[in-house]
Amino acid sequence: MAVTKVVVDPITRIEGHLRIEAKAENGMIQDAWASSTQFRGLEVIMEGRDPRDAWAFTQRICGVCTVVHAVASCRAVEDALGIRVPPNANLIRNLIHGMQYIQDHVIHFYHLHALDWVDVVSALSADPAATSRIARSISAWPTNSETWFAEVKARVGKFVAGGQLGIFTNGYWGHPAYKLPPEVNLLAVAHYLEALDWQRDVIRLHTIFGGKNPHPNFLVGGMASAINLNDTATINAVRLADVQGMIRRAQRFVEQVYWPDVLAIAGFYKDWAAIGGGSDNYMACGEFPEGEIDDFSKLYLPRGVIMGRNLDRVLPFDESLITEHIGSSWYEYSGGDGVGLHPYEGETRVKYTGPPAPWTYLQDEPKYTYMKSPRYDGKPMEVGPLARMLVAYASGHADTREILTEALTQLQVGPSALYSTLGRVAARAAETVLVARRMNTWYDQLVARIKGGDTTTFSKEKWDPSTWPASARGYGWLDAPRGALGHWVTIEGGKIARYQCVVPSTWNCAPREPDGSTGAYESALKANHPLLIPAQPLEILRTVHSFDPCMACGVHVLDAQGNLVVEVKVQ
Amino acid sequence: MYLPSSHPWMADETLSEHLESRGVDRRTFLEFCGTFATILGLGELATPRIALALQQVRRPSVIWLQLQECTGCVESVLRSSEPSIGDLVLDLVSLDYSHTLMAASGTAAEGAMRTAMRDNMGKYILLVTGSVPTKADGMYTVIGGRTAREHLEEAAEGAAAIIAVGACAHWGSVQAAKPNPTGAVGIRDIIKDKPIVNIAGCPPIADVVTGTIVHYLTFGRLPDTDAEGRPLFAYGARIHDQCSRRANFDAGQFVEVFDDEAARKGWCLYQVGCKGPQTFSPCPILQWNDSTNWPIGAGHPCIGCTEPNFWDTMTPFYQRLPDIGVLGIERSADVWGAALAVGALGGIAAHAAATGVSQMRKRRELPVLDPSAPTSTTGHEGDDHGRH
Repeated sequence: MAVTKVVVDPITRIEGHLRIEAKAENGMIQDAWASSTQFRGLEVIMEGRDPRDAWAFTQRICGVCTVVHAVASCRAVEDALGIRVPPNANLIRNLIHGMQYIQDHVIHFYHLHALDWVDVVSALSADPAATSRIARSISAWPTNSETWFAEVKARVGKFVAGGQLGIFTNGYWGHPAYKLPPEVNLLAVAHYLEALDWQRDVIRLHTIFGGKNPHPNFLVGGMASAINLNDTATINAVRLADVQGMIRRAQRFVEQVYWPDVLAIAGFYKDWAAIGGGSDNYMACGEFPEGEIDDFSKLYLPRGVIMGRNLDRVLPFDESLITEHIGSSWYEYSGGDGVGLHPYEGETRVKYTGPPAPWTYLQDEPKYTYMKSPRYDGKPMEVGPLARMLVAYASGHADTREILTEALTQLQVGPSALYSTLGRVAARAAETVLVARRMNTWYDQLVARIKGGDTTTFSKEKWDPSTWPASARGYGWLDAPRGALGHWVTIEGGKIARYQCVVPSTWNCAPREPDGSTGAYESALKANHPLLIPAQPLEILRTVHSFDPCMACGVHVLDAQGNLVVEVKVQ
Repeated sequence: MYLPSSHPWMADETLSEHLESRGVDRRTFLEFCGTFATILGLGELATPRIALALQQVRRPSVIWLQLQECTGCVESVLRSSEPSIGDLVLDLVSLDYSHTLMAASGTAAEGAMRTAMRDNMGKYILLVTGSVPTKADGMYTVIGGRTAREHLEEAAEGAAAIIAVGACAHWGSVQAAKPNPTGAVGIRDIIKDKPIVNIAGCPPIADVVTGTIVHYLTFGRLPDTDAEGRPLFAYGARIHDQCSRRANFDAGQFVEVFDDEAARKGWCLYQVGCKGPQTFSPCPILQWNDSTNWPIGAGHPCIGCTEPNFWDTMTPFYQRLPDIGVLGIERSADVWGAALAVGALGGIAAHAAATGVSQMRKRRELPVLDPSAPTSTTGHEGDDHGRH
């Protein structure tokens, strides 16, 4: 059978612009290329600006993971200037970032990913009574009634009959890779709708502390939301009660809807526990500091590196081992394409060498993406929920061991099943359960501190630039919902001299290097990966979406001197 | 607009018939129309007209293009407040192309867009988020193998109305900040033969997007705007004039540094960089996320994100005296700075200075729309927002 060239562009239900190309033969993918096709150049824009403004600029890298670049940027500047944020501010940041994990992961599962597994049209032939029985058997969620599922079925039925399918137009409904019985499809569709309302509620936690979502406000040195129990315009008992209510509703939805749904749906797709693994190496920089920012023993989710899937040995994470390469990227280095540079020495001269638009194929081009290729100790890494859960599991993290054991036991598979498309989906849900539960701890600690008389949210000492050294540089790390993130800032004379970000989707969407190593997307798409109908690339979407791509995050530009060099050759 | 409602709007139904099938009684519907009349600044007298217009409209096709952007504006709309009748508003449209939400990818997705454009030629509403990169022949944003510019020009051709959602779509926003490495521009620099409404903000509040669509469906035209293309019903008032901390400003009660005693009393953030006096935005009135709070309410100064080129004109964000040279204000930064220094000492003087400068800006009338009178969209006449 002939080799088929496949192009999927745009990949929808992601953040940003991603193109996947593949070569398929006999229903299996032989090779795959991931191309990031948008370039914005935010880092060079920050040069010469006040480092206290950097969080706002980097936050606009992405409006989906809307807090992660802001917090990483604050940490980088605070690291450079030797600022320690008050414990209250750290707890508030944990609450904000924790809710980002929860809301982001739930939206990803139901609204960005579920349609790859759930056939909406099939739900029309479901028996609502049977759906209710299934739902009750896996969860105590109060809307598990036959009445509710009948109502949802009627909704969907009328919607389809209405003839204007809107966002469901041209979906791959009826594709043979859809395996759920109609009743489970109906269950998932019902929760798709419920999750839309739920996410709007719980994300208001960002609005209480940061004034709005998306893009809540942050502050180098702490948080701007002052605490005063005896004022109307501050964090007081009314605001805290609202926060606590959202934490409870978030935890309940995660434990009673998201987690049981993932396990139930996974039970019908166990073959996907052997598909789409790919990566050998996994990296987590750890997240949710519960002590001083540099006390890595007090991170809730631990940091570490796993090489060659060896769960018996977790290597310490060391940012100095990170380099970026451009063998297949639309850039050039002064030292040639063959070298790798650490972000502090980072050099990025954009040089588009692809074909003029419209494109036919990029897979035969020597360079095919705006994404660079990061390496850790010379190796490609997968980052994200699966990497975090593997590092935590291998580190003996008790909460992680418990939740993963629950999942593996229920699905009757071994730990090796985690190295798969399905493993990513399960790991994401598992860590959401852990973070949702841990929110209570951070909330209780915040309340206890206030009760003890500490209402400080901001460190004033080094706010004024006159207190800063003439030259400083700092590293801000953060394990974002999509994986390990790093910001590197150099400050000269009170201004940003250089700014570099290496972000989760850069690691995962990295192109191939001349040594033959590929990034996580490309590795996964070659790993025992089916593609039944090239014109309906449902399986490709499953695996690519299992990473939760965030393309706008991944692309950056700055050369060693902080000067942008735009040299474009269009063939 | 992404929600299949329990009683979807059939293609051959008017809204009146649709509401009846959903069991919505007349009184509830009129209450909803009254609410919208208020949001649109039209007053209760406009309610019957809105009701009549809404009853007669048919469900229009909406195509939402996402160009060079961060998806924050889409996320904002996902958070839109929904009173029960609000569900209907979202159901007013058929969202036929949405990169973030649609099931199909690749050629199937592009096919859905082409079908919607063909079937609704000249009638669909085009929402755009994101800017258009102009350097490198547009190769800095390529979607489906074609440039952002090509997508925009094709979609704009058959659009009945174009709504630029967010700062990127109208001004280029953060990627257009100096030195604008990709040559990012707003869509009005590309599409010049059609009126474009500017739903300003980074991101904007979702209810303003919804309100603009309802305005279009109701009155058959886009809402009146200020010189920046922003609907007056949302952007007609300065933050400073609607701010819950205005009394503190007037009384000379200022936060000197974050988390000081004044901050813990919720006093005015002017001294720590608040751009409220220079910013026209519905934030203090509509607030964010089901009216939970807003930036100043959470103790952080306004960064002026509804204003042109705010990444250059409003920065440094924590500096009381922004570089206002490109705002078109006919007063040097030094003079402006001196006035504000006086203001820091006494609230009345500061107020006078701020107000004085604001009056030197292009006059922006508060919404005084008479729904019965024929009016036209003001467009971008006299636009001088100082693109660099």
